[in-house]
Amino acid sequence: MKLIILNDYDKASEWAAKYIRNKILLFKPGPNKYFTLGLPTGSTPLGCYKKLIEYYKNGEISFQYVKTFNMDEYVGLPRDHPESYHSFMWNNFFKHIDIRAENTHILDGNAADLQAECEAFEEKITAAGGIELFVGGIGPDGHIAFNEPGSSLVSRTRVKTLARDTIMANARFFDGDLSKVPTMALTVGVGTVMDAKEVMIIITGAHKAFALYKAIEEGVNHMWTVSAFQQHPRTVFVCDEDATLELRVKTVKYFKGMMHVHNKLVEPPPSEAKI
Amino acid sequence: MPSNKSVSAAPITQFINCRILRDHRLQREDLWVREGKILDPEKLFFDELGYADERVDCENGIIAPGFIDIQINGGYGIDFSQPSDDVDGGVSFVAKKILEHGVTSFCPTLVTSPPEVYHKVLPRIKVRSGGAHGAGVLGFHLEGPFISAEKKGAHPEQFLRTFQPGGFQDLMDTYGSLDGVAMVTLAPELSGSRTVVRELCQRGIKVSLGHSVADLSQAEEAVQHGASCITHLFNAMQPFHHRDPGIVGLLTSDKVPAGRTVFYGMIADGIHTNPAALRIAHRAHPSGLVLVTDAITAMGLPPGRHTLGQQVIEIQGLHAYVAGTQTLSGSIATMDMCVRHFRQASGCKVEEALEAASLHPAQALGISHRKGRLDYGSDADLVLLDDSLNIKATFISGEEVWRTGP
Repeated sequence: MKLIILNDYDKASEWAAKYIRNKILLFKPGPNKYFTLGLPTGSTPLGCYKKLIEYYKNGEISFQYVKTFNMDEYVGLPRDHPESYHSFMWNNFFKHIDIRAENTHILDGNAADLQAECEAFEEKITAAGGIELFVGGIGPDGHIAFNEPGSSLVSRTRVKTLARDTIMANARFFDGDLSKVPTMALTVGVGTVMDAKEVMIIITGAHKAFALYKAIEEGVNHMWTVSAFQQHPRTVFVCDEDATLELRVKTVKYFKGMMHVHNKLVEPPPSEAKI
Repeated sequence: MPSNKSVSAAPITQFINCRILRDHRLQREDLWVREGKILDPEKLFFDELGYADERVDCENGIIAPGFIDIQINGGYGIDFSQPSDDVDGGVSFVAKKILEHGVTSFCPTLVTSPPEVYHKVLPRIKVRSGGAHGAGVLGFHLEGPFISAEKKGAHPEQFLRTFQPGGFQDLMDTYGSLDGVAMVTLAPELSGSRTVVRELCQRGIKVSLGHSVADLSQAEEAVQHGASCITHLFNAMQPFHHRDPGIVGLLTSDKVPAGRTVFYGMIADGIHTNPAALRIAHRAHPSGLVLVTDAITAMGLPPGRHTLGQQVIEIQGLHAYVAGTQTLSGSIATMDMCVRHFRQASGCKVEEALEAASLHPAQALGISHRKGRLDYGSDADLVLLDDSLNIKATFISGEEVWRTGP
């Protein structure tokens, strides 16, 4: 595991975006070789998306040969509802870049057969050759995607009933009206994300500090589903100072001491020098 | 060509690097167009897995709905009210020239004329879509002859008419036909006007009040019967008086039926309306302000003397004088000038200035579901402007129909 500690949210977002950029560039995607990227929604990745859009507009990267798979979507919310994850991805990322619609994949929460939709999603990931890099964020209770506390750590894409806490937290996006908040979602499983070749989790803010502590300093536990990635061979946690508040000084110092090494991962790759 | 379009194989254009006027504000968004209509790109993306075939770089300009002029009498030496043998050629000529002012559709306006002129001219001009050939014709604006002799302005007195006991039939006899008529300006104090207003409105023709000595209650009554507009506010009507504000009082009247807006044309050329009067109107009733050029034959002609019909006109700057006098012979401002002047004189936001030449005239004509907005499904009649509101290019149905030189 790598733990990357940056000063603040903006720096963490930039680091994460540069990491994704470099991964795509070094992969050298092409018409017969697509880079597969797992993507989250929510407030945490917004800064990272902004940076990626900037790199696209600067001509540093293209998403022409990138396939994306989103983690989750609400059930029963119209696709064009402003809070749907389709709308989120369109407004915050897809409409700004050169990705083709056919290469983006978001679970359809309005599918007639939700279970079949979930199974088809897993098959699409497999057909695309698995996911190179799955990017995620977490909730304050340590959930990854909609894998709420207590979710199986080997779960696959499925229908989930949302935790009361999550519904309450989401009410602010639905005029504060609990009855309008979707109560179910489709989500990739912990196992689905575990299958990715690499996983990057962005964690920022003091309210996520306890979750980060649970994720990396305590044992693997289904009550903090993000802790499952302790058993993933290639996981990068990208966080800001605030998110480290519950960590031991020793842990923070150890990883900060390695930043000069880790920062090499986000330097512009040599192939970019030609621009 | 891409073959992924499930709804239509027509090419898709994406205007990029622009700020578009949508929901009353400039937003940094791309504008997508297919088959002459504004397209919802999110639907295209998710439902059709589609993408743009062509991109137009707007170089950080502003995209607004194309301007709509609901009162223009002519220009470039052509007077729509002069019955020539080539009426259509004259309208087409002006329609093409005003593309460079950002005007994508307009109402050719006929001033008071004898019946034979209406009978001759009206059938020759059809409502038609715009394109590279020129701005679209939305229908005639017939200004007169049912107006007040006292406030006739430049209208020839001998052709003025009142409503006979037949009322609406007299109007039909005068005009011959109402096909292709979008708006009629009349004086509501003429007896019999109430029926005429109702009959016109039932036929979908907008009634505008003007060239009138009506008091406020007469004007309010006309509005209650369907009139929805005021022709060139302040000009050719009773001046504002605090005990009877006249037609001007409609701007703040509480007798306008709920949910209705009274629109008013405003010649914002800095000459026909004092900037202070313009500000009074704008601050009292911003959502009803419709910029009109009320342009005459001399609009678009270079400075100097021109013989137009029986008149000799001398153009100096923005003024058109009867030659040898200081008498104004009419407005020669172009629509883009009016937009810039209105913004500067009123201190309003760019958005408001642009909407006064696009959204408001579309609403006044009852066509804002298809013109005057950049909403999905609206006609892609567009004007590209710089931040000083100079026209850079004009588009009709998404096609470029005019562009400024480099």
